[in-house]
Amino acid sequence: MTTITLRRAETDAAPAAADRAAPFRTAAGGLVDRRRPLDFTFDGRAYTGLQGDTLASALLANGVRLVGRSFKYHRPRGILSAGSEEPNALVELRSGARREPNTRATVAELYQGLDAQSQNRWPSLALDALSVNALLSPVFAAGFYYKTFMWPASFWEKLYEPMIRRAAGLGRAAAEPDPDHYDKVHAHCDVLVIGGGPAGLAAALAAGRSGARVILVDEDFSLGGRLIAERREVGGRSGADWAATAEAELRGLPEVTVLTRTTLFGVYDHGAYGAVERVSDHLAVPAAHAPRQRLWRITARRAVLAAGAIERPHVFGGNDRPGVMLAGAVRTYLNRYGVLPGRRVAIFTSGDDGWRTLADVVAAGGEVAAVIDTRPSVPPALRREAEAAGARVIAGGYVAGTRGHLALKAVDVVDAYGSRETVACDCLAMANGWNPVVHLDSHLSRRPVWSEEIHAFVPGALPCGMEAAGAAAGRFGLADCLETGAKAGAGAASECGFTAAPEPAPATDPESHAHSPLWRVPKPRGKAFVDFQNDVAASDVELAHREGFRAVEHLKRYTTLGMATDQGKTSNLAGLSIMAELTGRAIPSVGTTVFRPPFTPVAIGAFAGHHRGKEFRATRHVPSHAWCEEQGAVFVETGLWLRPAYFPRAGERDWLETVNREVNTVRANVGICDVTTLGKIDIQGRDALAFIERVCANPFGTLPVGKARYAVLLREDGLVMDDGTIARLADTHYVMTASTANAAKVMQHLEFCRQWLWPEHDVQIVSVSEQWAQYAVAGPRARDTLRGVIDPGLDIGNAAFPFLACAEVTVGGGIPARLFRISFSGELAYELAVPAAYGDAAWRALMAAGAAHGITPYGSEALSVMRIEKGHAAGAEINGQTTARDLGLGGMLAKKKDYVGRLMKERPAMTDPERPILAGFRPVDRSARLRAGAHFLAVGASPSLAADEGYMTSVAFSPSLGHWIGIGLIRRGTERHGERVRAYDPVRGGDVEVEICSPVFVDPKEEKLRV
Amino acid sequence: MRIRCPHCGERDNGEFSYLGDAAPVRPDGMEAEAAAMHDYVYLRDNPAGAIRELWYHGAGCRGWLVVTRDTRTHAISDVAPARDVALARRKGEAA
Repeated sequence: MTTITLRRAETDAAPAAADRAAPFRTAAGGLVDRRRPLDFTFDGRAYTGLQGDTLASALLANGVRLVGRSFKYHRPRGILSAGSEEPNALVELRSGARREPNTRATVAELYQGLDAQSQNRWPSLALDALSVNALLSPVFAAGFYYKTFMWPASFWEKLYEPMIRRAAGLGRAAAEPDPDHYDKVHAHCDVLVIGGGPAGLAAALAAGRSGARVILVDEDFSLGGRLIAERREVGGRSGADWAATAEAELRGLPEVTVLTRTTLFGVYDHGAYGAVERVSDHLAVPAAHAPRQRLWRITARRAVLAAGAIERPHVFGGNDRPGVMLAGAVRTYLNRYGVLPGRRVAIFTSGDDGWRTLADVVAAGGEVAAVIDTRPSVPPALRREAEAAGARVIAGGYVAGTRGHLALKAVDVVDAYGSRETVACDCLAMANGWNPVVHLDSHLSRRPVWSEEIHAFVPGALPCGMEAAGAAAGRFGLADCLETGAKAGAGAASECGFTAAPEPAPATDPESHAHSPLWRVPKPRGKAFVDFQNDVAASDVELAHREGFRAVEHLKRYTTLGMATDQGKTSNLAGLSIMAELTGRAIPSVGTTVFRPPFTPVAIGAFAGHHRGKEFRATRHVPSHAWCEEQGAVFVETGLWLRPAYFPRAGERDWLETVNREVNTVRANVGICDVTTLGKIDIQGRDALAFIERVCANPFGTLPVGKARYAVLLREDGLVMDDGTIARLADTHYVMTASTANAAKVMQHLEFCRQWLWPEHDVQIVSVSEQWAQYAVAGPRARDTLRGVIDPGLDIGNAAFPFLACAEVTVGGGIPARLFRISFSGELAYELAVPAAYGDAAWRALMAAGAAHGITPYGSEALSVMRIEKGHAAGAEINGQTTARDLGLGGMLAKKKDYVGRLMKERPAMTDPERPILAGFRPVDRSARLRAGAHFLAVGASPSLAADEGYMTSVAFSPSLGHWIGIGLIRRGTERHGERVRAYDPVRGGDVEVEICSPVFVDPKEEKLRV
Repeated sequence: MRIRCPHCGERDNGEFSYLGDAAPVRPDGMEAEAAAMHDYVYLRDNPAGAIRELWYHGAGCRGWLVVTRDTRTHAISDVAPARDVALARRKGEAA
């Protein structure tokens, strides 16, 4: 009780008036709505942010710098960036079933009641017991796991792996099922514009104005890119203003779709793109019936890649300390969110671009302590600006290290002459140039190429139909972005047949991108991180080099550089540049690793969409389904089909009693079974017979009209593909059945034979599986039952309609139907096919007609028992590894015709007399239960692969015989009837002595079949 | 991937199934030899570049197609009904 009171007291105390003021929020400015405060909690403490904030900007506004602990060393980490490239600020968002680990605080939109937790820390973020890992860091260097946890091998699973998993790691996934739903959309457009910054907006405007169908996607919740992050001028207005006007125009164009909060994560062949829209991630709970996320599969004729660029960190000691940020991110927080990332900012830059931060900090009311420029000479205008702001300028210097524990307090600076000093600051803005986002254009195995001009990789050969514009193409200037964007947009629309010409780009304020990158500082003080998320330091790259892992793919795997959830967006180039320096090569000759989708992590739920649980795939119902449900049938899934398995009656103890009763009734009286699930293929044409002769292994030339025959199909490699029946309804009209499981495969195979192997045949085939309901009517009273259903006129007496006869008949007063006298059960049996629409009525009519004869419906279980009693091969035997001979069907194969599989079945291994062949098995102790899958061993032999003689494929309890029976494949099985072997099943502890016998257990002389 | 079916137009590759190289010709008839059949069933080239291969439009027209695809870029340069290709090949053999 005490604990609860204490915690409540703490929580209540936290959102006091002083906290609500958000101490680091600027007085004015930004795109946040100051009239709409939003309450949120982080690690249980209450804070207030504003509408328009991200979690990161709201935390910074409240002075929260420490956001997480690092993966391996548990080092304190803060917020590095303001975008999707963020490696450090990963949190668990929401709780319970909606808990989402590894959410980047920099892209998590703030909403009322947001609840986030830091991750990978224990017991608390500020006091992390596992940060001792940092003291042991020399031990945790690259290759640590490979070197340390090698032996004894048995320790790995029980000790090492759980220990590593607890110590190193990211967030915890939700333990309950996701309560939200996800949607999928297919969309087509002429021009897809990827990115809604200046280049993307210009491209979308140019293409959209021409009337082309345009889809513009941007991962942010506000369009504008750097236009809303920088203080820029476009056409005499603020950049943010221009972006808002452009967005309004685009949303007004009827053929333009603007998708914000949508990440284009993958580029696929032939203009296919994958994107995920975070429809409800900015809400506490999705609105009723709204999906949480929506997966877009976009097909575009042309695409403009305007995904922008990602700023590069500097590599120096302690560059991961909370408070060290990318300079562009500092400006984003200042200008877009009205947040001061620090009150006293130092700037560490290697180009003119970083200097932009100075004026922004001052304008927002902050102080700039110093500008450390790695270049020995600084443009005089910039120097004057710094002096006016009261900031020191240290040219030709660098930051060697940082001070402070959980937050930055000062930086150690080395000047051009090598002398050191400490500069107090609570934020360091680092600017080391920008990398164009080359991920998406590299997805189709394209490699980016190195540009000496901008010291970065730029898109190489682009995927067909794609053009890059703006910063994504290495054109960093705002004027360039607007111009190349408009040109690419107009070009793409023109290629789609629209009349488009780019209008002159609006004027922008001047800027300079002069830049000379410093890949790492010469003498870092402390760990200098390259990959923040995977805790890979410059020293790890050196170690990889020393140990010979110098190729880029080896470097990546040995150090895990770039292998975290951010895929190295801020780290890859730094790692490559250090390896280039160590090996004395140029950066491009070190090469790059392969970029693969997704650009940022995508929830599995989005890919699954509505295909979850019972909606995973369609369910097919047999025509008698409604009746079976009324009768309380138990169903079983067979592929997509839901088939009745058995029909329990009151008083029956278990399924076995029910199945036994169904079998006994069929063998004594009559039963009906829905066999509609079989594939039914209609074959017609002058060459129908010639075609059938080619695809079936047994002969059909002698099959007269009005007769059916068992058919066996081989694959071209000589193994059995499937079996069924073929009935000749007319001179050039046949109907064939295929097994339930293979129906689609057989259809595809027949089309292959017809169109590709023997195109000269005049024959057409079509699947009629859905058109006909088909019921087996089996048992001594089957004929009597059928007589009550079939219209008078056809004599179905044994003489006029013998075994294997077939005919077109009518039922119910003129409804066309087909009757086949074929049997799977071994009884006098028929299959009656009626148009599917009459399926339910025909079933009920058969039940009514059979009532006087003691009819029972029977399901797939009884069907299976009876086919095992008769030794018929089914799916367990026709398993893609058996020949016709293995199944005892060798004798029926044709000798005088060519057919699929004819030659290959004659290979020595396929005709080896030692091959296991179909036989029956009964337990010596008649009360013993048999198990499918048991292997056969000689009595007394010890179990080994060499002693293996085959295995049991199917078993059943035979009510006709009163004990378990089985069929299986055993070496020389036909010659060994009467011999005893062991059926050995170590998996389920079975070891039963069985007698080999004929696989036909019931009515071997087929007397019941032909009456 | 997108495949332009000659019967149905351009469709998503999810509608198609892949079989493989269209080059091997089935040794037909009772005179065919086992060795030739073995090669037909098992031997395939693996070219870097253009290859003619068989696809089945199972979720569309059920047509077998001969698709000419560059294995390095996935660029598809031609799609033809397999039956037409097979008939033309027969004609070529006869001539």
